[in-house]
Amino acid sequence: MKELIIFKEGEIALKGLNKRSFEDAFIRNLKHRLSPLGKFGYERAQSTIYAIPMSEDIDLDEAVERGAKVFGAAALCKAAVVEKDFEEISRKAIEYIKETAEISRTFKVEAKRSDKKFPMKSPEICMELGGRILEAYPHLTVDVKNPQMVVTVEIRDTAAYIHAGNLKAAGGIPVGTSGSALLLLSGGIDSPVAAYMMAKRGVKLSAVHYVSPPYTSERARMKVERLCEKLTPYCGDIAFYCVPFTKIQETLRDNCPEEFFTIIMRRLMLEIAQRIAEEKEIQALVTGESVGQVASQTMGAIVCTDAVCRMPVFRPVIGMDKTEIVEIARKIDTFDISIEPYEDCCTVFTPKHPKTRPVPAEVEKAQNSFDFEPLIAEAVRDTELKVVKLE
Amino acid sequence: MAVYLDNAATTRPCEPAVSAVFQNMVEDYGNPSSLHGMGITAEKNMTEARKAIAAALVCDPQCVTFTSGATEANNTAVFGAAKNYGKRKKKIVVSALEHPSVAEPVKYLEENDGFEVIRVKPSRGGIIDPDEFIAAVDENTCLASCMLVNNETGAVQPVRKIFSAVKREFPECVTHCDAVQAFMKMPIKSAELFADVMVVSGHKVHAVKGVGAMYIRKGIRIAPLLLGGGQEKGLRSGTESVPLIAGFGAAVRALMPTMKVAHENAEQIREYLLKKLSKLDFVTVNSDSESCSPFITNFSVQGIRSETMLHYLEENEIYVSSGSACSKGAHSSVLTAMGISDDLADSAIRVSLSRTTTMGEIDLLVNALQNGYMSLAKKKK
Repeated sequence: MKELIIFKEGEIALKGLNKRSFEDAFIRNLKHRLSPLGKFGYERAQSTIYAIPMSEDIDLDEAVERGAKVFGAAALCKAAVVEKDFEEISRKAIEYIKETAEISRTFKVEAKRSDKKFPMKSPEICMELGGRILEAYPHLTVDVKNPQMVVTVEIRDTAAYIHAGNLKAAGGIPVGTSGSALLLLSGGIDSPVAAYMMAKRGVKLSAVHYVSPPYTSERARMKVERLCEKLTPYCGDIAFYCVPFTKIQETLRDNCPEEFFTIIMRRLMLEIAQRIAEEKEIQALVTGESVGQVASQTMGAIVCTDAVCRMPVFRPVIGMDKTEIVEIARKIDTFDISIEPYEDCCTVFTPKHPKTRPVPAEVEKAQNSFDFEPLIAEAVRDTELKVVKLE
Repeated sequence: MAVYLDNAATTRPCEPAVSAVFQNMVEDYGNPSSLHGMGITAEKNMTEARKAIAAALVCDPQCVTFTSGATEANNTAVFGAAKNYGKRKKKIVVSALEHPSVAEPVKYLEENDGFEVIRVKPSRGGIIDPDEFIAAVDENTCLASCMLVNNETGAVQPVRKIFSAVKREFPECVTHCDAVQAFMKMPIKSAELFADVMVVSGHKVHAVKGVGAMYIRKGIRIAPLLLGGGQEKGLRSGTESVPLIAGFGAAVRALMPTMKVAHENAEQIREYLLKKLSKLDFVTVNSDSESCSPFITNFSVQGIRSETMLHYLEENEIYVSSGSACSKGAHSSVLTAMGISDDLADSAIRVSLSRTTTMGEIDLLVNALQNGYMSLAKKKK
């Protein structure tokens, strides 16, 4: 049976004259994601995008799973393409829904007839097909309010499509349609979630991570790389910048008052990040800060760190509780990696009693007690780039 | 040249497996839990193996846990599921065909922990009737277990049909599938089988003995048998046997691309074997070729006890298995469960093919069977 994947556009259907460029971006991202499985053709009609497998041996279930993570569509499903003939439709439908029918107890049929030349009206299709499905699968019962399986028949201009229910797609708008940003990625739970949320709004992300060997281990860096890998199904390939941070941290320890360690370190991190961003023509920074979560994320601390920034810093999880963040982290499958217990640079030399209400002037003064500029320049210069690619 | 036709018992490790084992013994011998570089290398090698197994089962690598073999994996699955899901639901439904590594843990739970066990008997062809199995499962059932390919007859069980219905009616019931004899011999998609837990073994697929793996679907909580350092996400404490795991991964990676060809080849060889056997009037084939894996054929040689024939063949450097593991007078539970007479069960021989079995080897077997029957039957008189 000929099958394809249908993507229903969500927000991008509303983009007016720009719609086409959003669709282009979506198809481009989708192509990148699906091409390792085999060759697909892409078509668009009536705010729907069709991915048509060009050979028989392509694993469409895997393709659906991948497609469900590409931002820009509201729903997706695998569908059978059949001739616009009711006998043919019902015969194929019964065969096609077998798998879902086996694991469902209740169902209903939905019909959409955009080709008005088709002789049966939608309610007639529903009734007649429903009856035949009941005959074929006697264990099923009809439930129009809360069915476990929805069999949809779409009669379109080109052909009829049968599928057993829409899957929720990733939503959002296609990555690459909203500019670029550099994510500060520590290895914790929050920053991957922040990345996911920005990517959902179409932002193309790069990531920066700070390493302080021997205080932090190779495993900590690998952990962050694995986090990037987990993000690629959503974000696409990620340019991963790894900044050597040991010297700066040691200097900080030796020259600045302890209660300001974290806050000055954050300021230096942001400074390095924006220099990388400026050099690579990246427009903004992204962090996983949530206001009040820890000492460095109090309103006072954020004011102090933001004081060094020349570009916008987005904090998409700023108003979220940890439990809400964890929920998303689990959904995007970064949680299990994030909780692996490796020392990262944020926890090196943590002060016993950090300032929770730092005053910008005091912080500035403390930071100015040493000239960090050469160290910053050196760190930026020695930054290593690795592109984390989609598997 | 020896003719090895006992591949369901174990297989000859393939070259990539052996060199991966060697590499991980003499070079990459770090402990994968160590923080230093050698530990990281060992962990990486293990991750590669995990990815290979996951690709073969079409699942996420995170769902794969390594064990010391299929026996440990099956034990973990049965006891671990019973522990977490069987506090109130005290019923287990299994096929009567299960390998002892499933049957015995289930029996233990029945005898010691108050579980009610339903053992669904196969039909004459060695296949479980899905309706009968499904009817036995109820809301009190914590575990449903059915193997995919039977190790004695090769019969492929309708696991998907059984488990999909079980999951439809009782989504809380854990489904477990021993897929040892099916793995790498037929395509397996974890999601399509509706199995929550699936078990595979290394040494049946040209890796070395002492390593197996279990697939555990996300969201299913299996209690560990061993407590300790929390390796394998706490499911299997104890330093991982990196060499064996890496060897397992290497074997799967090497053989995976040719699985389909190997299957077709085995089908041809089986057809040839069956054709030859059909000409021997003293042979009764116990495996139903319609519904059996081509890699396993079970037949009985009239009037000659399995072990006698096995040793006769052995003298001719042909290695097979006695189809009924009739230890101390007990008959094979599988053949008996199939309703095969004691006489046939006592004389059953299991021939199991590998990827490299040739028609010439089948000729040698059939000739030896013929000669064996002549001389042994004569001696008996």
